[in-house]
Amino acid sequence: MKHPYLTLFATMLKIGLFTFGGGYAMIALLENEFIHRKQWIEKEEFLNMVAIAESTPGPIAINAATYIGYKTAGVLGALLSTVAVCIPSFLIIYAISLFFDAFLSLTYVAYAFRGVQVCVIYLIGSAGIRMLRGIEKNLFHWILLSTVGILMTLFSIFAVNFSTIFFILICGALGICGYLIELLRQGRGASK
Amino acid sequence: MIYWTLFITFLQIGAVSFGGGYGMISIIREKVLLYGWLTEEELLNMIAVSESTPGPIAVNMATFVGSTQGGPWGALCATLGVVLPSFIVILLIAALIRNLLKYRGVIAFLNGVRPGIVGLILATALTMGLQCLFQFQTVKDPLLPDVRGLIILGLLILISVLWKKLRKQKLSPILLILISAGLGLLLYAI
Repeated sequence: MKHPYLTLFATMLKIGLFTFGGGYAMIALLENEFIHRKQWIEKEEFLNMVAIAESTPGPIAINAATYIGYKTAGVLGALLSTVAVCIPSFLIIYAISLFFDAFLSLTYVAYAFRGVQVCVIYLIGSAGIRMLRGIEKNLFHWILLSTVGILMTLFSIFAVNFSTIFFILICGALGICGYLIELLRQGRGASK
Repeated sequence: MIYWTLFITFLQIGAVSFGGGYGMISIIREKVLLYGWLTEEELLNMIAVSESTPGPIAVNMATFVGSTQGGPWGALCATLGVVLPSFIVILLIAALIRNLLKYRGVIAFLNGVRPGIVGLILATALTMGLQCLFQFQTVKDPLLPDVRGLIILGLLILISVLWKKLRKQKLSPILLILISAGLGLLLYAI
């Protein structure tokens, strides 16, 4: 590790440039770079990192970059890796944003994008179904999931202004309530 | 002040978007529609562009919306906003806590958030689908089915199911987007 900052920056830049399809594609790349090739991070630490990146807010790729940057080269390392992983998308999307409207005003491009819009709805729906399969099935989860899903749909259709942020925070709070009720029950069981 | 609005809005998005990728679409949609930064169609286009270019969807969306609303500085403010919560939270965790998931409170919180996010994504897919394929936004609107769109949706489902059966793996989103562009060109041009 002769120049940790430089290497970290260059590696994250490369990862930012080649991760199509979001966070999970990037986890595999990171594993290859930092565990197998550079051996900067232990396997166990890496798995711990993935669990943290998944359970904290924000894009998984950013979370992972910040964590690995900090673990290998401190706060400055974290800053450099986070900036580096964002630079490719920033430049590419900025360039696209400059001529996207002009591009879409071409009749045939607009036709193609009508098809693409349908595809995105399919992608969002299938992502939802995939996540549905991934969560543990119990009554508590089913109630939360269906209540949020139905309320959000109804609010949208009846144009009720209720922020998604509240849904997320209320769900988190209910999760903690559920845990406390469980604790209380266990405590009662033990005292009997 | 557009820079500040962009920064604060994307800061909120970055701070509550659990579940990565599509988990944050519902929040992004709410905010960009609320401020009139994108229409529903533009949002769908941008998700497709984000999916077909490198980098996290949230960063791509922030850069695009920032750039169209406030030029290069707008792009910078929005991107900074969406990244900052992750950066701070992860830095704190990496520096102070060895293992976040050993805390029961954190697990309990996520235990509630995870199913909620799934509910949000499914509801988002449904409402966006109604809007895109039936031009149905609120109860006052009549259902106007877009037959071509529905045919494309049917074909996409068929293609992905067949691909999974025959090739034993998932069709990559980029390939699916390309196929849908071809179908759109074919069906809407006639």
